[in-house]
Amino acid sequence: MARAQAAGTMGSVVVALTVNDERRRLDLDSRVTLLDALREHLHLTGTKKGCDHGHCGACTVLVNGVRINACLSLAAMHDGDVVTTIEGLGRPDRLHPVQAAFIAHDAFQCGYCTPGQICSAVAVLAEVEAGVPSHATGDLTAPVTLDTSELRERMSANICRCGAYSNIAEAVADVAGRS
Amino acid sequence: MHFDTSAGRNPIDAQTIVGRPHRRIDGALKVTGTAPYAYERHDAVADPTYGWIVGASIARGRVTRIDAAAARAAPGVLAVLTTLEYDAAPPGFRTTLTLFGGAEVRHYHQAVALVVAGTFEEARAAAHLLRIDYDSEPARCDLAAEAPKSEPIADRDGPDYPVVDRIGDVEAALAAAPVTLDESYGTPDQTHAMMEPHATTAAWRDGKLTIWTSAQVVSWHRNSLAQALGLAKEDLRLEAPFIGGGFGSKLIMRSDALLAALGAKAVGRPCKVALQRPLIANNGTRRAGTIQRIRLGADRDGRLTAIAHHSVNGNLPGAFAEAAVAPTRLIYAAPNRDLSMRLATLDLAEGNDMRAPGEAPGLMALEIAMDEMAERLGIDPVAFRIRNDTQVDPRRPQRRFSERHLIECLELGADRFGWARRNPVPGSVSDGRWLVGMGVAAGFRQNLLMPSGARVRLEQDGRLSVETDMTDIGTGSYTILAQTAAEMMGVPIEAVTVRLGDSDYPEAAGSGGQFGANNATSGLYAACTTLRATVAARLGFDVEDVVFADGMVTAGRRSAPLLDAAKDGPLTAEDRITYGDLDKEFVQATFGAQFAEVAVDRFTGEMRVRRMLAVIDAGRVLNPLTARSQVIGAMTMGVGSALMEALVVDTRHGFFINHDLGGYEVPVHADIPHLDVVFLDHPDPVSSPMKAKGIGEIGLCGAAAAVANAVHNATGIRVRDYPITLDKLLDRLPRVA
Ligand code: FES
Ligand code: FES
Repeated sequence: MARAQAAGTMGSVVVALTVNDERRRLDLDSRVTLLDALREHLHLTGTKKGCDHGHCGACTVLVNGVRINACLSLAAMHDGDVVTTIEGLGRPDRLHPVQAAFIAHDAFQCGYCTPGQICSAVAVLAEVEAGVPSHATGDLTAPVTLDTSELRERMSANICRCGAYSNIAEAVADVAGRS
Repeated sequence: MHFDTSAGRNPIDAQTIVGRPHRRIDGALKVTGTAPYAYERHDAVADPTYGWIVGASIARGRVTRIDAAAARAAPGVLAVLTTLEYDAAPPGFRTTLTLFGGAEVRHYHQAVALVVAGTFEEARAAAHLLRIDYDSEPARCDLAAEAPKSEPIADRDGPDYPVVDRIGDVEAALAAAPVTLDESYGTPDQTHAMMEPHATTAAWRDGKLTIWTSAQVVSWHRNSLAQALGLAKEDLRLEAPFIGGGFGSKLIMRSDALLAALGAKAVGRPCKVALQRPLIANNGTRRAGTIQRIRLGADRDGRLTAIAHHSVNGNLPGAFAEAAVAPTRLIYAAPNRDLSMRLATLDLAEGNDMRAPGEAPGLMALEIAMDEMAERLGIDPVAFRIRNDTQVDPRRPQRRFSERHLIECLELGADRFGWARRNPVPGSVSDGRWLVGMGVAAGFRQNLLMPSGARVRLEQDGRLSVETDMTDIGTGSYTILAQTAAEMMGVPIEAVTVRLGDSDYPEAAGSGGQFGANNATSGLYAACTTLRATVAARLGFDVEDVVFADGMVTAGRRSAPLLDAAKDGPLTAEDRITYGDLDKEFVQATFGAQFAEVAVDRFTGEMRVRRMLAVIDAGRVLNPLTARSQVIGAMTMGVGSALMEALVVDTRHGFFINHDLGGYEVPVHADIPHLDVVFLDHPDPVSSPMKAKGIGEIGLCGAAAAVANAVHNATGIRVRDYPITLDKLLDRLPRVA
């Protein structure tokens, strides 16, 4: 855990993170969320701020492989953590399969919820692979399969006001079916 | 290009690129998080300051004193702007609101201060140190209580219609009709809940201002902000290349833009401001809730003899009515008609445009009424709507619809959806613990024509650049404009670069009222027509018989590479589309038929939408892939309207208490099944040279009523007060044996 610095701004902390495979060291106001550390300090603005308090999912990132709402977490809590954002999943010239599937299925409109949806979807695929159950899982002893109700349940913390859900479900199912 | 006669055959009819599904050309940017939105312009503004908006904590009254001393002394604070230190800003286009300045408070969370600091955290912390005193007056905020004091009001967007729009004798027709209906329906206040909050980054240089903002119509925002700042419009540049949804909320300028500009000026550095999510519902605009009374009369054959539709809603003094009767003017035939609206005073966030204003709430009511009437008549609800179709404007029968295929929507939809399997006896179909029902509703939304401009340039390498201040709010504007230019100039879509949302580019229609796609592509069509003439002249061809295809320009047996026309330098053409009277001569509108199957848990009342289908008649569909997304997005919003969305008024303090995305429920993944969409193929040559019409809103029109009618078919319970939440079913569910 980072310690408050003697010098610098009052209440500042030093946080060392690995973000998208790069080691980053930040001297931050201790009130800075992980979301704002990414957006305002590292200029990784692919992660979006829709509400800033855990209601919308636009800020979803992977921390040590697990998805979280970056707005609900202070950067200071992530010293030593490995963070993957949408920029770390793929680039326009080298898309992650989920990113490519989103384009193929037109699984977005305005694009503002999209990085969060994609990070969630990537995490969902891993959760299912690891046998992590959800509210929609029937048999807790059987391997988890990503049927429609599993998928929709697991993606439900990511709001899309443009209403691309039907296409998002198909994009993710497409990738799940291929892997 | 002035469009005043029906379009003949033109280059778009080839439909080699237009009319075909194309993936979004901006898709790779959006899925990788590299499309820049308003608050994240580190590329343009290196070291911004951060503004935090403070909203009023009363609904009505005056700010008497603001003690900002502690906030000003707080760490990192650069300035505190209080409303008492500024003159009231003049209201912008299509609004009556003062966004900042002056002592008067007209609605809760009206902006009363902006704290500007070096960091977001400092601004937020200091905002809590402000001490604000008010003189507060009682707020009027309960529509049912204020409705008796309402006044008749005209439709701001339908000024040609009389305030009380009467044809024939409705009262006599109702008295004589063997089958009648007289019911009241309620639609709640709604909030747009677009995912990107209103946000602006502002930077001044040499007395000129640049803002990066989230705007649906660049010129409306620019003019409103210039006016509010007392700035010449030429001194204000606005960029909005990506917009995280709007649905009408970003049609007009909001407080973030004005305050970012004022904040930047006050501190002499760029400033960025996002309207905090919990402020949006009360600081922004809303779709106004309505109380609608509908009376219908019909003969035994199910022909409507009378339609009366009266709607009342509330708004701030001087503001507008939600035109809920608008669809009723044109959707069904009936010789006797009586339509009117009244407006009460409510001291809530301003009622203003939200996706399909008027039509959406109007059809939420009317299309339940039609379902009820069909039931009373013992006629199938699809057949009942078909029987009452009209091919002319009922008010002016010599005025025909340009294209109207509502009957085909209904018939094809019934067939595709398996409507014949519906049991007309409510509450009679079970699937385990679920009661299952099907519902239908018709959709109607006007097609609006707006002037729109564009510039197109043939570069020396053969690529095309398109520039217009048109916006893409998720609608697919980038892609359909690229398709249009590619089709017109005979190049692949990959050869087109589209730049949008910059006030330095020609002024376009913008995104709203489902007028964006048709008008913006028509403006580009006009510019491309000019460019084709220039190219033809350069190459020595007669433009009349020239064909642009596969990168070649061909006339008869002669042909030349398009590229050759630009060998001495790029060729640029700029034009705009303007319209004559074709929308007066003909009714131009879009149509839909919505079908829904809903399961209702017989024990708990929980409702699940199992499947939905929309059949849409909206002229030429420019890109079926992105158009389908528009329609499924609207259907999703329709499910929200039917089952969950409502701003709840705290009548003690006069504000919407569920003012965030936790309290205001919108559909999530688990609420929405696979959605089906079918487009009819009826290009409309009266609408524009593109023969397209609006697509962004028609998918919402009727969607909620289809779900509501399915709930009724499933349970036998008729809920006339949206949203249909399970508490409204529980005590009326069929007894479980
Ligand atoms: S921004 Fe984090 S959940 Fe909305
Ligand atoms: S794409 Fe706009 S909110 Fe999902």
